[in-house]
Amino acid sequence: MSIISLVWNYLKAKPLNTVLNVFLLSLGIAVITILLLFSNQLKEKISQNAKGIDLVVGAKGSPLQLILCNIFHIDFPTGNIKLNEAERLAKHRLVKKAIPLALGDSYKNFRIVGTNQDYLALYKAELDLGQWWSKDLEIVVGATAAETSGLKIGERFASAHGLTSDGHDHEESFFQVTGILKKSNTVLDNLLLTNVGSIWKVHEEHTEEDHEIDTVAIRNPSSLVSTVEAGDSTLEITALLLQYRNPIAAIQLPRFINSQSKLQAASPAFETARLFSILGIGVEALMGFAYVLIFISGLSIFIALYNSLKERKYDLAIMRSMGASRVTLFVVTVLEGSTLTILGSIIGLAMGHVVVFTFTQIIVESQKAGITALTFYTEEIFILLGSVVLGILCSLIPAIQAYRTDIHKVLAGS
Amino acid sequence: MIEVRGLSYQYSSGKRIKFDDFEVSKGTQWLLLGESGSGKTTLLHLMSGLLTSQQGKIIIQGTDITQLSESRLDHFRGAHMGFVFQKNHLINALTVRKNLLMAPFLSGLKQDDDRVEEVLKELGLEEKNNAGVNELSQGQAQRVAIARAVINKPKVIFADEPTSALDDKNCERVIALLLKAAQTSNATLVVATHDQRLKSIIPNQLVLNSQ
Repeated sequence: MSIISLVWNYLKAKPLNTVLNVFLLSLGIAVITILLLFSNQLKEKISQNAKGIDLVVGAKGSPLQLILCNIFHIDFPTGNIKLNEAERLAKHRLVKKAIPLALGDSYKNFRIVGTNQDYLALYKAELDLGQWWSKDLEIVVGATAAETSGLKIGERFASAHGLTSDGHDHEESFFQVTGILKKSNTVLDNLLLTNVGSIWKVHEEHTEEDHEIDTVAIRNPSSLVSTVEAGDSTLEITALLLQYRNPIAAIQLPRFINSQSKLQAASPAFETARLFSILGIGVEALMGFAYVLIFISGLSIFIALYNSLKERKYDLAIMRSMGASRVTLFVVTVLEGSTLTILGSIIGLAMGHVVVFTFTQIIVESQKAGITALTFYTEEIFILLGSVVLGILCSLIPAIQAYRTDIHKVLAGS
Repeated sequence: MIEVRGLSYQYSSGKRIKFDDFEVSKGTQWLLLGESGSGKTTLLHLMSGLLTSQQGKIIIQGTDITQLSESRLDHFRGAHMGFVFQKNHLINALTVRKNLLMAPFLSGLKQDDDRVEEVLKELGLEEKNNAGVNELSQGQAQRVAIARAVINKPKVIFADEPTSALDDKNCERVIALLLKAAQTSNATLVVATHDQRLKSIIPNQLVLNSQ
């Protein structure tokens, strides 16, 4: 016999009570774990992906949409902006760096992004195989996109118009894969990257006559897309990612851009904070629900221990007659409560991870967003420690009662 | 073995009870007789340290237990005394074997499975080793309680009304088992009872008078 074995036998003697208490607590802990995994990973991904981007400039529309589309590549574009307007903005004295983005095509649900090397540098992209694109229609594939779509180096494919797979294919021009990126755990993993010119080229079909980009010698190349003349008034891009030159830009630049009729500026930091405050209401409601569950389970454990004390008063007295000290009885009771809460929180943590794992298996989008069930946070250790504290709190009053048991009265009263 | 000197106890009601001095020698059997309310249980609990805050001396095996701290007293009781109560008070959540092992565990002695089997065999319970308490008959449960009282080979066994709820036949069986168990362990046996049937079986008697 040992104290642990005694406690375990007490718990086993009331299986329904024990299962109910453990289950209640583990439900609450599981909800917290799921929220923890999702919100932590989302925040990490968002800050990773928005790093180095101070402002996104695009066509007028929802600023949040602009951010979601051009940084996280999950929403649709708000429209296009003229290349010459983008160039003018890129030259603004408060802008340190401007990166053009041209969207519009996809391959097997993975977006094709026309941009330049600055975009790759932003995420410190590295090649796993092959080489960077050097001319139009050459394309570099992100790690996850390559894995899922099965694209190999040298392979040629036609892109689909639009950002979903139901668009018609651009069968006139084929992309050729020249490189595959290393996994970076950023949005790049899910993208196919090429130059801006390629995007124009596959969409050229209607304007083929008016626009012969390649044949003309470029005298004054655009600062954003070096293969075309600066100041072109017909070419369009989707958005411009900006880095501020100094803190003053954060105040002046958005106001300056938004005052222009056709452009809109959105700050990733501000918009993601706004997004979280919207999601926050839901998260808080769920958290509240979880805390209610935990409180009820704590109460239920307290009541179970308190009631069992009445049945066990002879057990306690007999144990004292066999040499147990008051402290031993106290410890047995506290251990019984804590065992329940520790079990509950371990099962709850495991349940949380299993639910997130199942979720990522069923909903592929969540994997694309980089959500995984296989990371652990220090908060989970706090949850475990917290459950020990909860166990002690629930069993404190019953344990004091056990400590105070008057053996003489109990045994003489029989 | 047991020596009581100038012992008195004050109940919370204010009533004071005073016990005559007496001495019990090692390996003997004694009846503690008296009417209900005469203080039998009080004296038994005082002698075993289940009840404290008395005046006077209780010397057991050379140790004045009134001088021991509470935790020392718990330990002393666990190591040197065995108890049998009117009701068996086995721990329902545990098997027979584990109930018996609680005694050496709580008194800090070695837990010996062979000793468990030995004691169960002496009491004819060898097949009940892993049985649950709820599977036992009333008589079997009483024997397990006796087994638990002797497993630590105590110096003294205190029994409080072990037979008063039993019919004649079972009364004889239980007292015979108690005597046998006490003799096997060479323990002193003190039985507090108002059960007149035991008078003819245990000749040494201390009679408490209602005061």
